[in-house]
Order: sequence, then C-alpha cells, then structure tokens
Amino acid sequence: MIIAVASGKGGTGKTTVAVNLARVRGAGVRLLDCDVEEPNAHLFLRGEVTGSETVSLPVPEVDEALCDGCGACSRFCEYKALAVLAKRVLVFPELCHGCGGCMRVCPKGAIREVPKRIGVVETLRAGEVTLVQGRLDVGVAMAPPLIRAVKAKVPDEGDVILDAPPGTSCPVIATLRETDYVVLVTEPTPFGLHDLKLAVAVVRELKVPFGVVVNRAGSGDDRVREYCRDEWIPVLCEIPDDRRVAEAYSRGELAVDALPEYREVFQTLFDKIAGREKVPGNLCLKKEGGSCEPGVI
Amino acid sequence: MKIAFSTSGSDLNAPLDTRFGRAAKFLVYDTETSMFQGVDNSQNLTAAQGAGIQAAQTVAAAGAQVLVTGHCGPKAFRVLAAAGIKVYTSDAPTVAAALKLYREGKLKESVEADVEGHWA
Repeated sequence: MIIAVASGKGGTGKTTVAVNLARVRGAGVRLLDCDVEEPNAHLFLRGEVTGSETVSLPVPEVDEALCDGCGACSRFCEYKALAVLAKRVLVFPELCHGCGGCMRVCPKGAIREVPKRIGVVETLRAGEVTLVQGRLDVGVAMAPPLIRAVKAKVPDEGDVILDAPPGTSCPVIATLRETDYVVLVTEPTPFGLHDLKLAVAVVRELKVPFGVVVNRAGSGDDRVREYCRDEWIPVLCEIPDDRRVAEAYSRGELAVDALPEYREVFQTLFDKIAGREKVPGNLCLKKEGGSCEPGVI
Repeated sequence: MKIAFSTSGSDLNAPLDTRFGRAAKFLVYDTETSMFQGVDNSQNLTAAQGAGIQAAQTVAAAGAQVLVTGHCGPKAFRVLAAAGIKVYTSDAPTVAAALKLYREGKLKESVEADVEGHWA
C-alpha cells in the first residue's frame, strides 16, 4: 500500500506522522522523503547511506550550424526556456522541464538533449526502515522530476510511506499521484483549516481516498473537526498538544520511541489507513447530493 | 528609430510600468514619424515563468531598438542584449515624461540587469 502524508500548511506535522508511522509499521516498510527541497526524515530515522544516484534532466542544446532561426522551438516551449532572435537561439536550462518537445518540433534536427544535474536520490538503512530521500541541488527550482526519481524507488510489494512537501503546487501533485491513500495532517487553527481546504480540493481532484489527522489537538478551536464532519471526511486520529512530543522531536527522537503510549496512537492510525479498523466517515471522493452513506474505510 | 516603453495604458500620458516582463503592454514610439502603437503583453501576466524572456522577444519582434522600463531582470536582459536592444531604466511617472528624459539624454543605458529574477 502506498500511503502519502501531506498537509497544505507547512509545519503541521507531516514528517512526525510519516516517520512514526514507518517505525510502527516496522520491517520491510519503505519511507520516501519527497520533500526534496528540504528533506528532514533522516533527522529522525538516522542510518547509513547505502546508495546514491545522480538525477539529471534532459535539456536542449542547439547546433547553431543547423539552426535557421525559425523559432518553432521557442513557440512550442510552454516554459520559455528557449528564445529565438534572428538566427540566435538562447537556451535557459534552469526554466526547462525536460519534456523534449523542442527537439521534436525542430524541422532542422538542430536540437539534441544533454543532461543537466538537478540533485541526488539517496537510500539509507535506518533499523528496520529503508529511507529513500531526494536532495535537490542548491539553486535548482525544478522539484517534480527529482520527486519522480524518488518515487521510482517504490517497490512492487510492501508498504510505502511518502512524506510530501507542504503546499498544493506541482511538487505535491507529483508526490500524491498514483498513491493508494493520502493522510492530510492539519492543526486546529484558522491557518490549518484554510490550507486543509486547499489540500482537500487537490486530493479530491486526484481522486485518491483520504483522511485527516489533527495534530496538536486541543491547542486551537473546533472548526477543523466541524469542517471534516460537514464534508464527510474521516478524522483518523487526533494527536494531543503534548509538550513532550515537541521535546522528543527537538532531540531528533521519534514520539513512539520516546513516549511508549504513542506507539498505540500511531499503530491504530496505521491500522485505520490500512483498513484494519473501522472509522466513522466514509471514502466517498466527492460529496454529491447525499449519495454518500456513512461507511467505513 | 523605435523606442518601446512598458506601460499599463494606451497613450503617452499613461503610467510607465515599473515591471518589464509583466507589464500589460508596450507603447512603441517611432522617433521618425512621431507615431506610437500599442503592443499587447497581457498573455504574460499569467505566465508561470519566463515572462521577461517572452516580453523581450515581443519587444524585439515589434522592431524596437531601445527599451525604456522601470526595472529589468537578468533573463530578459540577456534576450534584449542578444537582440541588440538598448535598455534604459527610469522612474518617470508617465511614458511621455520618460520619452522627454530619454530625448534630453538624461537616462543612462543599463549595462546589466538592475534587479534579480522574479523581482516584484
């Protein structure tokens, strides 16, 4: 099962949920840190690097001897990575998404692709957990291709947990595509609720089943709970606003290791996601005129 | 000679837009005929990226040899330089005021971008 942990708002506890879920799942689980702009799961699941691969993006290189300056490549490029002036082609590799379209539309065959390094994918062995993380090079703005390289490490079998980047933009979409379940971590604050609504809209568009985890429960108000009830979204778990969890986090420790009572919290959460335990709410992807009946995951 | 000005309006009294890539349009003024024409740039307002690059190509296609704008970033500057377009920056309030300053020789030609990419 491929489980993605996402949020909308940053700092709600995605990594906390992802690493603790991985720990309670134990042997054979693979955690993929898809927040390639600032991977941090390795701070909690410390281990030895067992493999590292460079990831490149194919970017255009123009042979000026063959180019007649027709401009077809520049007109085709949605991202303006090529500019054509008279007979000169300027390439902006940092804007290229690597689609290869310019090469295909060039009537003179003047464009070939050359690899441009964007980052690395590293594999670490952290106890029973295999951690795979992407690290985007400094100055590179193109996260999705590296996220796809990280996701190429999804095995054919076994449980996989993806720690998504915050927000609702391209890197998040790249992470959430082709997953089996999305856990949206939020906090009971107006900001948490606002960004949760955006994240819910994204996940519904992607048509992936999802549920909500409320972190730091008790610190804000009830509006997240009310929103989830009104929208028929299952609240899988509420993690209390517990200073001891924050203290363990600040030491780089997992809540389930430092505070044994949290083992059950995350084990139950995993079981709910995996469908082993019934939860209120249902799996309907979109609320449509009362066609959804309260059910179980 | 044609001079392009970044602007949000459609005549010489319109404000000079401080942005280049995401200005709504360009007024291209012909010093020989004293006529000007508007060139639309609105498709760039919603561009995800590369607005400066596209705007520079638009200005080049309009036949301008000079650009007067508020600020110019590095990618746009690279394209403008390749097209042989001279760049002048100005904080003049209107296109007419910027044109007057240019004619009086009071604007200084930029030798490089004056702001980082993604400025404003």
